[in-house]
Amino acid sequence: MRNFLVQLWAVLVGIYTNLRSLWMIFLHSFRPRDTVQYPDEPVYLPPRYRGRIVLTRDPDGQERCVACNLCAAACPVGCISLQKAQTEDGRWYPEFFRINFSRCIFCGFCEEACPTSAIQLTPDFELCEYDRQNLVYEKEHLLISGPGKDPGYNFYKVAGLAVAGKPKGAARNEAPPVDVKTLLP
Amino acid sequence: MSAIGFTPEVTAALIAAVKAVVILLGLVVTAAMLIWVERRLLGLWQDRYGPNRVGWFGLLQVVADMIKIFFKEDWTPPFVDKAAFWIAPMVAMSTFLLAFVLVPVAPGWGVAPDLNIGILLFLALAALAVYAVMLGGWSSNSKYALLGALRSAAQMVSYEVFMGLAVMGVVMKAGSFALSDIVAAQRHGWFILPQFLGFCTFFVAGIAATHRAPFDLPEAEQELAAGYHTEYSGMKFGMFFVAEYVGVVLVSALLATLFLGGWLGPGADRWPLLGFVYFSIKTFFFIMLFILLRAALPRPRYDQVMDGGWKFCLPVTLINLLGTAAFVLARQGG
Repeated sequence: MRNFLVQLWAVLVGIYTNLRSLWMIFLHSFRPRDTVQYPDEPVYLPPRYRGRIVLTRDPDGQERCVACNLCAAACPVGCISLQKAQTEDGRWYPEFFRINFSRCIFCGFCEEACPTSAIQLTPDFELCEYDRQNLVYEKEHLLISGPGKDPGYNFYKVAGLAVAGKPKGAARNEAPPVDVKTLLP
Repeated sequence: MSAIGFTPEVTAALIAAVKAVVILLGLVVTAAMLIWVERRLLGLWQDRYGPNRVGWFGLLQVVADMIKIFFKEDWTPPFVDKAAFWIAPMVAMSTFLLAFVLVPVAPGWGVAPDLNIGILLFLALAALAVYAVMLGGWSSNSKYALLGALRSAAQMVSYEVFMGLAVMGVVMKAGSFALSDIVAAQRHGWFILPQFLGFCTFFVAGIAATHRAPFDLPEAEQELAAGYHTEYSGMKFGMFFVAEYVGVVLVSALLATLFLGGWLGPGADRWPLLGFVYFSIKTFFFIMLFILLRAALPRPRYDQVMDGGWKFCLPVTLINLLGTAAFVLARQGG
């Protein structure tokens, strides 16, 4: 008898908990919906979102990329390819810079590897194309007109490399080169 | 009509045929639209939208799905038992459609609401509907389908017993198996109050009979791929799918008719259309309850289903049956 009552109680409790969860689910009729109606409503992306990759320019409006190839080396899927070239005044720049976005996994390793803040990932994921070949972005598609993140940074202004208009030792926080001949006995 | 040259019998038969076709079309269209209703309601209760893109509020989603399923290849795998494989979806759909002839949808409307075996026919057809699942599962020659069919059989032996007993209280009180008589007997109070235990158990059995969550053990997507219709595709799968929703409409309509007074309501006798509105509201209430159950409750194991059926629901229906019998006898004797 006692066993029977215990089991009956368990069944009644079970019925109660089921009815309670029914009621709780029903109350969701009056809750706001979590869905973002994406194409109609713009979706918020945080500033550090890793989306479409761009190449930025320094504050003087010149290409930041020095074609060091570190991004291409860091890229786990090998979707970046570029070729170094040099201007008359001694600056390095990429002759071509190509990112295959059909391979890119948006890991951001290229951005981490970049010594000049040139390559950056942006909060934009709307990259759809009807033709797969259109996902291969050339330098003209990647290059933007501003500095993006790290706005004041200018590689050639802080680097020790001599370029036209900036001899050795003229960079910011750089001591003039030591004339080793003055140290001779 | 007699002016055109029809005898009154032919005219009556024609009118009955037209009514039957209207009810059949209405039922199938309702069952198809339920796919949309269910997806939207599940969305509402899970704090999302559901299909809301195709047409007004996503209403044309059903049409889009239909077009898709009609044009899909109706593939019969080479390893199946062809005859049984082809018959199963037809059985699934026809049994539930056939059982709807019993339901009086409005005063004077219904295919055969006065049928004297009434609710017995429904019980017989509900038992036959299990053959659809078992034939489909067995003939598919696939382990998941077979497990689904196995569970369906296990489930059937547990709910089929008390489903019949659950409605016997109603039959006793109404003194008839015919659904029109059962509706008429509820003029002075719906049967849901005096037959509350019968209502609860019939509701549980109804969910199990339609293989709806939480008693969707034969399908159990998480464990059995798609259960008994794993090997089906195209329109044969569509027939299983629509049959499930026809079953939902049927069981909801029966619940409304047996326990909530069917089309009864103020003014329903004068305007049959109002009676139909009452009937629809009551039926839709149960349909929504079915969907809410699916949104809220987890699925029991099939030994738990059998436990609950044999050790709880069956005794409850027997108690209800005895109590009702005593009550009816006492009133007759006094």
